[in-house]
Amino acid sequence: MNYFPDEVVEHVFDFVTSHKDRNAISLVCKSWYKIERYSRQKVFIGNCYATNPERLLRRFPCLKSLTLKGKPHFADFNLVPHEWGGFVLPWIEALARSRVGLEELRLKRMVVTDESLELLSRSFVNFKSLVLVSCEGFTTDGLASIAANCRHLRDLDLQENEIDDHRGQWLSCFPDTCTTLVTLNFACLEGETNLVALERLVARSPNLKSLKLNRAVPLDALARLMSCAPQMVDLGVGSYENDPDSESYLKLQAAIKKCTLLRSLSGFLEAAPHCLSAFHPICHNLTSLNLSYAAEIHGSHLIKLIQHCKKLQRLWILDSIGDKGLEVVASTCKELQELRVFPSDLLGGGNTAVTEEGLVAISAGCPKLHSILYFCQQMTNAALVTVAKNCPNFIRFRLCILEPNKPDHVTSQPLDEGFGAIVKACKSLRRLSLSGLLTDQVFLYIGMYANQLEMLSIAFAGDTDKGMLYVLNGCKKMKKLEIRDSPFGDTALLADVSKYETMRSLWMSSCEVTLSGCKGLAEKAPWLNVEIINETDNNRMEENGHEGRQKVDKLYLYRTVVGTRMDAPPFVWIL
Amino acid sequence: MEKVGDYDELVNLKATELRLGLPGTEETVSCGKSNKRALPDDDTEKEIESTGKTETASPPKAQIVGWPPVRSYRRNSIQTKKNESEGQGNYVKVSMDGAPYLRKIDLTVYKKYPELMKSLENMFKFSVGEYFEREGYKGSDFVPTYEDKDGDWMLVGDVPWEMFVSSCKRLRIMKGSEVKGLGCGV
Repeated sequence: MNYFPDEVVEHVFDFVTSHKDRNAISLVCKSWYKIERYSRQKVFIGNCYATNPERLLRRFPCLKSLTLKGKPHFADFNLVPHEWGGFVLPWIEALARSRVGLEELRLKRMVVTDESLELLSRSFVNFKSLVLVSCEGFTTDGLASIAANCRHLRDLDLQENEIDDHRGQWLSCFPDTCTTLVTLNFACLEGETNLVALERLVARSPNLKSLKLNRAVPLDALARLMSCAPQMVDLGVGSYENDPDSESYLKLQAAIKKCTLLRSLSGFLEAAPHCLSAFHPICHNLTSLNLSYAAEIHGSHLIKLIQHCKKLQRLWILDSIGDKGLEVVASTCKELQELRVFPSDLLGGGNTAVTEEGLVAISAGCPKLHSILYFCQQMTNAALVTVAKNCPNFIRFRLCILEPNKPDHVTSQPLDEGFGAIVKACKSLRRLSLSGLLTDQVFLYIGMYANQLEMLSIAFAGDTDKGMLYVLNGCKKMKKLEIRDSPFGDTALLADVSKYETMRSLWMSSCEVTLSGCKGLAEKAPWLNVEIINETDNNRMEENGHEGRQKVDKLYLYRTVVGTRMDAPPFVWIL
Repeated sequence: MEKVGDYDELVNLKATELRLGLPGTEETVSCGKSNKRALPDDDTEKEIESTGKTETASPPKAQIVGWPPVRSYRRNSIQTKKNESEGQGNYVKVSMDGAPYLRKIDLTVYKKYPELMKSLENMFKFSVGEYFEREGYKGSDFVPTYEDKDGDWMLVGDVPWEMFVSSCKRLRIMKGSEVKGLGCGV
């Protein structure tokens, strides 16, 4: 490669798109590092506090697309206080100052303000794509700035954000000249929507492929929208309550039949089940179906719909489908790759939930299954062993038995053997979430067999520090380890400090780690940010006589090249 | 380590239990593994202490923070639907123009409009004027409005109370210049 001029090498690098591969390329030699950094257009930063905007811009001056993740994963479950951090404003300010040609911004679990959105919309002439996932801190006023100022906006994709809705006039802020939209997803907005503005926007967007509506868009509007966008590939239905004999419904049926390119269906945020049959004609084309918010649609209607979906690759559903429903999925959806079964009742109980039988049926019927998230009432080791045998190709296996510490319901044994079978058989497993009654044994198995494991979520599991040590010593590719309510303490935490340099982050809450343990770790590893999140009162921790031996409520540590962050709130103590 | 207090309590309960079985026959309670943490209370932020053997027979359905691991967005969506269908209170957001944050109230707690008005007046420290069927609210800068199921903003008080409770999705106390547009005789 030394004989090629830089431009040729750069051209070769253009074919390498995955950030992992590009990172690897940049480590080969100085010359490749230099060529790679000037040609890198897409940058992924998994922890916004691992670096800072200045370093990002110094290294990648030709940046066009940035992905940033903020809060730790357990923030999704209310374990991280809202003001913890993850503010995007400093990043946008720095990018704006540097005049980099930003076109795409993807944010996950970050705090986004209207001010940030306004600055974003005004600073980058070619800005095309904004994707916000599980973010918070902004209102529809911020969306209005994006709509009004981004002349070439292609994607506005809002997934499960908490947005304060100021009455829906933002849609009319898209100028009449805006015709470039490809993706428009505002399903998470709670307020009313200007239907006239929406219809006009859709009508003048010939490239619109993905449209996800919110609750406030009724059936008749849906019919009109689909009629003027028959090129739709991905549709999120808003409200779906109507009389099946009405004219709107007939219009909808006609419009749906014309959407021959439709491959993905979601939403049904408020749905009357008998109207689902309008979608039956296009079901045979569907590759992705998300009915996980459609609580009103019960088992039999779900099954009727799914029976038509023979090409389904991705299915997100509620456990109201039941084991019988999953058996239908198993016999119908032979192309299924990803399944998520969510709980319809957060406290468990109720006879509509799914059990180990549904999981076994799916594993037997769907040979291409590689990702599963399964919330269920109960599980057995035997079932997990069978699942492992049927599906050795799992990449993501996340099992959540609703009741913590629940053993195998037939043998009353811990579920160590079941999960052990999974990690032993699934050699490509990258992500694993455990639940149920588990001893240190399961971690021995994980350390021994889960060679590719990058993310592990542990809750209410294990007996002693040995459990955590098995994982830290065994899983060479571990990146994100998150543990709650498990008896792991300082011995495990401090055993191998250099391990944390190879990981993105470690979260431990309600475990046995103490303040002195954390202080010891911080001293040994200055390249780590060791954060103690204590909502009650940090000062009390120091003042108390016990000092070091006091247990830490929440510990979050992560490698960083920029030291302690300056924006931490008072209840976060960075050692 | 077993907590002695708990065990004693358990024994006493068993002694006073009325059963149809013959005296001398005992039901055995299966105990789970040791070193498991107790399920923490939702209300307290107290440090969790590990108890001894926990019973696996009928544990209380205590609400553990962040469990099951469902994203808050989805959790809120389930909770709202559950509350609506089970009649377990109908909590709606209440915003007032100019107030820094919103409140939430349970509409099922009230039986008629005056009760609701009084509660809102207390909560936000304002007064709402008098309701007239034709002209709406007179005598105040503040007007209570609500968003109904169709997404329209309606004046509170026009429809029968039950219809209001079932169709109200959120409340907003409007103030000042915006109020004029509603055709209220202010």
